[in-house]
Amino acid sequence: MTASSLVSIEDLTVQFRTDRGWTTAIEGVSFDVAEGDCVGVVGESGSGKSVTALSMLRLHARGTSRFARGSVRYGGQDLLRAPERTLRQIRGRDIAMVFQDPMSSLNPVLTICDQISETLCLHQGVSRAAARQRAIELLDLVRIPDASRRVDEYPHRLSGGMRQRVMIAIAIACRPRLLIADEPTTALDVTIQAQILELLRDLRAELGMAVMLISHDLGVIAEFARRVIVMYAGRIVEDAPVDVLFRAPRHPYTEGLMASMPALEGGAGRLYAIPGRIPDADEPIAGCRFGPRCAHVEAICQAAAPELVAIGATHRVRCTPRTRTSGTS
Amino acid sequence: MIRLTLLKLLQAVPVILIVSVLAFLLMSLLPGDPAVLIAGDQATPEAIEQVRRNLGLDRPFLEQLGIWFLHLLQGQFGSSLMLNQTVLSAMAERLPVTLSLAGLSIAITLPIGIFAGSVAAYYRQSWVDSLVMGVALLGVSIPGFWIAILSVIVFSVILGWLPSSGYVPIDQGAIEWLRSMILPAIMLSLFQIGFLARMTRSAMLDVLSQDFIRTARSKGLSEWVTVGKHAFRNALILVITTMGILVSTAIGGSVVIEQVFALPGIGRLVVQGILARDYPLVQGVMLIYGFAFVAINLAVDLLYTVADPRVRYD
Repeated sequence: MTASSLVSIEDLTVQFRTDRGWTTAIEGVSFDVAEGDCVGVVGESGSGKSVTALSMLRLHARGTSRFARGSVRYGGQDLLRAPERTLRQIRGRDIAMVFQDPMSSLNPVLTICDQISETLCLHQGVSRAAARQRAIELLDLVRIPDASRRVDEYPHRLSGGMRQRVMIAIAIACRPRLLIADEPTTALDVTIQAQILELLRDLRAELGMAVMLISHDLGVIAEFARRVIVMYAGRIVEDAPVDVLFRAPRHPYTEGLMASMPALEGGAGRLYAIPGRIPDADEPIAGCRFGPRCAHVEAICQAAAPELVAIGATHRVRCTPRTRTSGTS
Repeated sequence: MIRLTLLKLLQAVPVILIVSVLAFLLMSLLPGDPAVLIAGDQATPEAIEQVRRNLGLDRPFLEQLGIWFLHLLQGQFGSSLMLNQTVLSAMAERLPVTLSLAGLSIAITLPIGIFAGSVAAYYRQSWVDSLVMGVALLGVSIPGFWIAILSVIVFSVILGWLPSSGYVPIDQGAIEWLRSMILPAIMLSLFQIGFLARMTRSAMLDVLSQDFIRTARSKGLSEWVTVGKHAFRNALILVITTMGILVSTAIGGSVVIEQVFALPGIGRLVVQGILARDYPLVQGVMLIYGFAFVAINLAVDLLYTVADPRVRYD
C-alpha cells in the first residue's frame, strides 16, 4: 500500500455457494486505487469485474458468498472484516456505487427527491427541506433539465439516461472519495453512453474523486481511464497505464481484446473473435486459465499457474512466457 | 384519481346488477312453491293464492324482476318471514356484530401476517423461515370450526378466562366488548394470518432480490430501512391485493365463527334464515354480501393507486 492510495485491495478471493460446494469467483485480486485516480476494469462477462466491485463494499447477497482470503483496506480498516455499522458509514459517504441497469436500480415507488435526500439525511444529518434543496442542486449538477419539477417525480417517468443521471446524483450526493461505476453505460443507447461518460469525467474533475469504471467495452475504457486492469476468469491478467496498454499490450488475452475491437478504417473484414469461451469458475484447467484459448500457448503454461509479475513500475502481466523475458521490454 | 374512482364505480354497476338478479332468481330456483311455504301447512288454496298475489308471484317473470329492482331502488328489501321485522332492520341490528368481528380479525391479521411473512423472507431457508412457514401452513390447513370449538373448550370451559358465547355491544363497555370478541376474532384470523404470511413472504422474496435493494444497501442504509422502507413499500402492492381476499374470507368465515360462538351477526342470521326458508331475509343478506364484496374490491383498486405510483396516471 503506497502512501497516496485511497483503497488497497490485497489478494481478494471471493467464493460463492453452489450446489457442488464453494466455487471461487475471483482469486488473488490485488490493486490500489489512488486518491483522484481513474481506473478502468475491463473483461468479458463472468471475468469477475462486478464481483470485485461489490466485494469492496460487501454488497453480495447474504449467506451465499464468502471472502476466502485477502483484504480491502480503506482508511486504516479492512472493509471485508469491519463491523456492519462501520461499513454502513462508508457506503454512500466515502465510497459510492452506480450500477448497470438504471431501470431496476431505482426504487419504483419512491420519488427521486426521496431517494437522493435519503443519503444526505443519513450521512450529513441535514433536514428534509435542506436535503430537498440539495437534491435539486444535484439534479442540476448531473444536467437534468427542469430539476425542481423532476425532483418530485417517480423513476418510471424518466428515460434510461435520465435515470442513470439520477443514480449518479445519488452516488455523488455526499461527495464520495471513490465512485465505483459498474457498467454504467451498458444498458444505454450509444449517444446517451457518451453523454454519461462525459458527465462522469466532468464530475470527477469537479469533485476530485477517484473513479473506478467497470466495463466490458474497451472503447469506453480507452476514452475514460488513466489506468486499465484487465480481468480474465476471476484473475487480473494485465494492469497498465492506458496508453501503454493500448500501444503495447503484453498479455495474449489483452491482445485478443484489442484485435476484436472494430476499427474505423480497414473496411468490412470479418471481426476477430478470441476462440473458445471463458471457463466456468470451477472448471479444472491445468496452469494458465487462458491457456485453452491462447494462440501462443506453450508447455510451461500448463505446468503451473502464472503469477502476476511486474514488468515495470506501473505494468503487471500474468503470463509466464511473456514475463520470462521481461527484462528486454 | 377522481376519474379512476368514477371509472371503477362505473365498472361495479354491472356486477351489482348481476348479484341482484341472482338474488331475485333465488325465489324461482329453489325447489317448492314459495307461496305454499309462506302460507304455511294449514293454508287453504285460497289463502295460498292470496299470498301469491301479495308477493306478486302471479305476474309475468319480467314484471316481477322489474318490481324487484324498483323496490331495491327504494331501499325496500321486504319483510322477514320468521322475524317480526323488516329485512333491513334485522340486518342493521346484526351488522355491528359482524363488522366488529371482521374488523378486529383484520386488525389482528395485518400486523402479524405481514411481520411474519417479512421475517420469513428475510431469513429465507433458515430455521426461522421453516418455523414461520410451518405455522402458517397449520393456520391455513386447520378447519376453522374445529379449532374454534377447541378454543372454547380450552379458554372458556377449562381455563374460564373468556366467555364461551354471546356478544356485548361496545357501548356497554369496551373491555367487555373485547372479551366477547377476542376469541372469535383470533379464531377467524388464524387462516388469514397464515395466508397473508405466505403471500407477504413470496412478495418480499421477489422484492429483496431486486437491484434497487442493492442500491439501498450501497447508500449505507440500515437493514431496517432497506427492508422496512425500500422492500416493504414494493411488497405492499401485492399485500393490498391479498387484503381484498382477506376481507372476503373474513366475511365468509364469520358465518361459521358466529355460529360456534353464538354471536348474533349477519352470518348467524343468514344461517337461521336458510334453515327457516326465510326467502326475503336470505335475499337481503345475499345482496348485502354482494355489495360488500364489490365495495372491498373497489377499495383495493383505489388503494393500489396510493401504493404504486406507476398505476396513478393510467
